[in-house]
Amino acid sequence: MNDAKFVYVIYIAAKPEKVFEALIDGEMTRQYWFHDNVSDWKPGSRWEHRHLDGEKQARVVGKVLECTPPKRLVLSWASPENEADRSKYSRVTLEVEPVADMVRLTVTHEELEPGSDMLRGISGGWPRVLSSLKSFLETGKPLDIMASKK
Amino acid sequence: MKDEDKVFKALADANRRKLLDRLYARNGQTLTELCKGLDMARQSVTQHLDLLEAANLIATVRQGREKLHYFNPVPVHAIYERWIGKEERQRLTALADFKRKMEANDHE
Repeated sequence: MNDAKFVYVIYIAAKPEKVFEALIDGEMTRQYWFHDNVSDWKPGSRWEHRHLDGEKQARVVGKVLECTPPKRLVLSWASPENEADRSKYSRVTLEVEPVADMVRLTVTHEELEPGSDMLRGISGGWPRVLSSLKSFLETGKPLDIMASKK
Repeated sequence: MKDEDKVFKALADANRRKLLDRLYARNGQTLTELCKGLDMARQSVTQHLDLLEAANLIATVRQGREKLHYFNPVPVHAIYERWIGKEERQRLTALADFKRKMEANDHE
């Protein structure tokens, strides 16, 4: 059973609309995530998380399960080589809630296969991406997250 | 209190670190599960968990009648980003691996 689940929470001094836009706008994701998030963001549509190198290869693919700006985005999530295998899909819910003059962004990544490469990849990955997003929205500068990867 | 002070204060207690260790080992536990085998009153576990949540070191999710606790590594990652330069990371990982190996040999 794919039941591994992680919850990440970060507070960001920005408007909910801005945070939501930063999750789905490829022009913005490339600045702090160093990948383009590409989709028309309609429920049922395909989405891709594309690397910025020459070939623009997708590193993550899936379907948009729900997109309710500026509150909630739910995605299915798989590596491209596992796209045909439903059992390899995990699920990511991004929730944006205003708290005082800040935003609480909660990322829930669930239905992960215990011991899988995807599980290993995301458990270091999300804190880094979220710190970079916070830095990008609050100061205009992302963290140099790619440099810390081998 | 500043958010950062909350994080360091929350981490400055062995019982709270133990609770985080237990969630790190198995994420998404209920209060009852977390209390099992701990030499702490349920009431004080609840207080520690509240403090950890206020410091954003844990996140809670309601599931039916239960409340599940998840370790949130984001503030710990911010500490790491603050003091560990990107050019040092590989060397520090190598050093930590070396220490682990040496200490494991000692126990053979």
